[in-house]
Parts: sequence; structure tokens; C-alpha cells
Amino acid sequence: MKIHIPNSAFLGNINPFLYGFDPTQPETLELTTNKKWMSVHPIVLCMITALGIPLIQGNIRCDTLEAKSKHYLERMGLFKFLNIDSGIKIQEHELAGRFIPLTQIENSDQLSHFIQDMTPLLHLEPKQAEPIRYIMSELIRNVLEHSLSKYGAIVSAQYHDKSKTVRIGIADTGIGIYNSIKRSHYVMSDMEALQLALTPGITGTTAREGGTDYNAGAGLFFIKSIAVINRDFFVLYSGKALYKLLKRREEVVRLYADPLKDRHSKAENMPYWQGTLVGIDISLENLQQFPILLEMINKTYSKTIQERRKAQYKQPRFIP
Amino acid sequence: MSTVKIFPLTGTFAENKDTAKIIRLDQIIPALSKGDSVILDFEKIDGVTQSFMHVLISDLIRLYGPGVIDKISFKACNETVQKIVTIVINYMQESL
Repeated sequence: MKIHIPNSAFLGNINPFLYGFDPTQPETLELTTNKKWMSVHPIVLCMITALGIPLIQGNIRCDTLEAKSKHYLERMGLFKFLNIDSGIKIQEHELAGRFIPLTQIENSDQLSHFIQDMTPLLHLEPKQAEPIRYIMSELIRNVLEHSLSKYGAIVSAQYHDKSKTVRIGIADTGIGIYNSIKRSHYVMSDMEALQLALTPGITGTTAREGGTDYNAGAGLFFIKSIAVINRDFFVLYSGKALYKLLKRREEVVRLYADPLKDRHSKAENMPYWQGTLVGIDISLENLQQFPILLEMINKTYSKTIQERRKAQYKQPRFIP
Repeated sequence: MSTVKIFPLTGTFAENKDTAKIIRLDQIIPALSKGDSVILDFEKIDGVTQSFMHVLISDLIRLYGPGVIDKISFKACNETVQKIVTIVINYMQESL
């Protein structure tokens, strides 16, 4: 595998970085970096870490780091996960108020501890932290329950003071959304699977409306909805498909059950990602009160289920 | 009348679905099966996830029908918790 860390890769401009990923020869990882500057979204670091964790030590090569911003990669814990001696010496700063370093979460208890610990790390007010811990919890739990990944979820987040945005990345190298969804639904492609996964009330665990006692199929729809309402980016990448929610332009907020009705871009010819990557930006300036978000989600969710059930009603057959 | 205090089992943010399942199976269902009403006490809880609430109550509605909602009281819920409870109860009734 080959991956190049460019000078800039955030959710708005992440496609060239992802297209540059070469998934061939999965037993090795060759990491190259921009020589002048690297400023990247946490999803980039989560992706590289998820690729590196399963590999045997020595099968990961990294070029000589020259960019001034190389300390950022060290501080986020990338080289520790990759078992690479970067040669970078940094002074440990207090973590609070800045970022959540790369973290591997493999079970439910680890997740609960992580959620408890992460809020102080981002140094946010309770109202700001509320949707962020919600998103983290639901996304990581998705990985633990549906990905069947041997290595759990790799997560990371960073607060950017200038844009007042929390950027979150989560990666796994599990079975991917297509294989998860197709257990209970008929899907032909990775993109169809992404579309269903983002639709409220659809879960890979059952075809039954309302889900099982353990899964409702609501998690990704909630998270996408939070991003829609707040005008934030949201990226979902699995298999060869990439779905990117773009920032809403209209003043009036409309939530759609079908993610393809939201303002979005999509690609179905991406380099194959074995597993799932999720990236989301939460702008704290645009952040709506969480109960208001939930009220809007409630209306759309109920309406969607009503419409879907109505579509399944048997109709009377009238004959002349 | 049985009261289930959620906070000692989950902390302030109730998100662990395994815990929700244990509460439902070990405390709520036995109480309902005896004909008792149940109070789910969310005092000191400042947030829950939809997943947690789904695991806690969705199967009750499926097992006992929507009438079971009259036998459960949700105590000391802040606005966020109330919204999540409402979402789950609404979509479960729509799904029946």
C-alpha cells in the first residue's frame, strides 16, 4: 500500500488525497510526505493508522520527514502506532483544549471510558460537547458492532481555534458497509449500501421495520442530520464509494431520509478501502441547541417510517 | 411500582447499549411481567444516545404493545433526554 500525506487534506478537499491511496500489496505500507508543510484532517491520520496497525514491524516505510509541521504527526501519536522512530523530539504539552490523539478502541468499556475522558480534552462548554460526544459514541459503537474489525476503531479529533470547528475522524478495516448491509438488504454496489446505511430505519442486522432490540438503523442518519443542520461537512467512505455531504446553502433547513437528496458529492471509483472511514466537522459557531436538532430529526424520522410503511400497504384490486 | 435509577449504572452520559440491555432484561421486564409499573429515573443524567434508549425500551413496545408506554414513567429527564425518549417511542409505534 502507498499513501502520501499532502500539504493540505481536509474534508472539503480530501478527494485528491484519497484518490492517491494505493491499496495494492497490502502486506506493506509506504508513507510519503509533503516536504514543506502538512496540514491534514484527523481522518487522514486515522486512515494511515488503521492501515499500519495490522502490519508486521518493518513492513512500514516512511520517508524522511522535512516539513515543519511534522511535530503534529508525532504529537497525534501516528509514529507510535506505526512503530516508527521518527526521530522527532517534542515537549509534551498539556492536552486540554487542543486535540484527541489517535486512539484505538476495541470494546464497549473502552468506548465508555474514552467518551468520559474526551470531553475535558477538547475543553468545550457542556452545550458544545453534547453533540460531539454523541457523534463519537454512535460512530465508534457502529464500528464495534457492525465492522467485525479485528482491530476495533481508530479515532482522533482536533479543535481548530480559527474556524471554531471540531474535526473528527474514525476509521476501521472491517467488512465495510456493503458487506454489513447486504446481510439484510439487497444492494448492488458500495454506493447503494452507503445510501441505505444513511437512511433512517435501515440496519444490516434485520430487514424488519423498527430494527431489532439492539439496532434501529438510526445512528448514521442522526449524525448526517446534525451535519446538515449545522452546515458541516460529513464524509463516508467504504469499499469504492465516497459520499460527501456538502455545506447547506439554503437558509431553510430540510432533512431528507434519502442522503442523495441532500447537497452532496459522490464517487464510486475510489481506491478500494477495506472497511469504513468517517469524517465530520462540527462548527461550534453554527451549532444549534441539541434539543432543537433532535426535534427536527424526530419529525423527519417519523414521517419517513410512515411513508415507507404506507408504500408497503396492500392496495384494493378493483375490477370492472 | 418499581423504580430504576439509571445514573448509578451509566454515569451522566448514558450510551452503553450493553448496560441498557441489562437494565431492560434484569429490571424492567421482570417488573412489567409482575404487573408493576416502572419509573425510569434519569436524575443526574445529562445526555443519552438514541442507541441506548432504543435498547432500553424498543423491545418492550414490541413485546407488550404500545400500551406498555402507559406503564412506564420517565422521571427527571432534561430536554435532551425527553427528545430522545420521544423519538424512540414515536418510531417504534410507527413501526408496529
